[in-house]
Amino acid sequence: MHISTPRYSLIAIALHWLLALLILGSFSFGLYMVELPFSPARIKQFNWHKWAGITILGLSALRLLWRLTHRPPAAPAGPAWQKAAAQGTHGLLYALFFAVPLAGWAYSSAAGFPVVYFGVLPLPDWVSPNPALADTLKLVHRTLNYTLAALVTLHAAAALKHHFLDRDGLLRRMLP
Amino acid sequence: MNLRNAVLLSITLFALHNGASAQQLIADQSSISFTSKQMGVPVDGRFGKFEAQISFNPKESSAAKISFEVDIGSAVIGDAETVRELRKPVWFDFAKFPKASFQSSAVKALGAGKFEVAGTLTIKGRAKPVTTTVQLSQQAGKTLVEGSFPLKRLDFTLGEGDWKDVSIVADEVVVKLKLNLAGVAPL
Repeated sequence: MHISTPRYSLIAIALHWLLALLILGSFSFGLYMVELPFSPARIKQFNWHKWAGITILGLSALRLLWRLTHRPPAAPAGPAWQKAAAQGTHGLLYALFFAVPLAGWAYSSAAGFPVVYFGVLPLPDWVSPNPALADTLKLVHRTLNYTLAALVTLHAAAALKHHFLDRDGLLRRMLP
Repeated sequence: MNLRNAVLLSITLFALHNGASAQQLIADQSSISFTSKQMGVPVDGRFGKFEAQISFNPKESSAAKISFEVDIGSAVIGDAETVRELRKPVWFDFAKFPKASFQSSAVKALGAGKFEVAGTLTIKGRAKPVTTTVQLSQQAGKTLVEGSFPLKRLDFTLGEGDWKDVSIVADEVVVKLKLNLAGVAPL
């Protein structure tokens, strides 16, 4: 009989850390690039940011599929509210993995700049160019990003609390 | 006086001045647009304001004279930031060169409503020869002229300094014409 491992599967671990890097990178990069003056460098960086966002969207879809078809290891024993909070946070994080890049993509289309993945593959516009809508979507993209940043901070803080205060081995389930 | 009346009045004055041979551009049913590529991303723009002086008879196309004047300040492309950028000296230098123009040198009938128009395009004070093939079709007394031609933005020093980098903004810009004319003799 197979003894259940206390760790996430290798694929789940790889996707978690790869996406963590991509999301942190795109977020910081996004904060930096919006301050740049209009220049070729700015266009280049906006495009790389968009390509990273589409990559995050695609990998998140794979990750969700993997998560739905592979049972994660059981969480350590703990208060019910913590389990509920963890589940709620994870659910929201997953929702934002999709909502943030989708809002960015729609914002780009609404601003009149279709997304062409790596400058080669044109992606469909699912909103039409519209300056007022672009302003709204920009705000939506930014607000969702700050929400995601807050949840990621909470998620990381909870993991560190389990590791250093509770010492319950929870973090080891996801370490590479 | 609103724009439409102003246009109609100027068309009328223009027609009177040039006699019955001149054809008129129906400005509100015409468009001059262009597509520029930024890292593979097509960005569409258009000129909202332009005027034309056209003397064209399909049966005597070699005698045709066509000239256009395009108001650079009426250019719209991408978002507001791109529009502002476009007027700067490194791009169109709107303050110094507020108009672009085209003057035909030869018009040749190719048959089936197609005409080859050659002439000189002047943007930002730089004049370059261009040739385009247009397709004409007539309906209800109006003549629709459709065509497109590529131009190299660097020929006109559109994008100087860092902007010369064609890996960011492609050199080729495709200009699309969709013009409705009144008063053209039957094809």
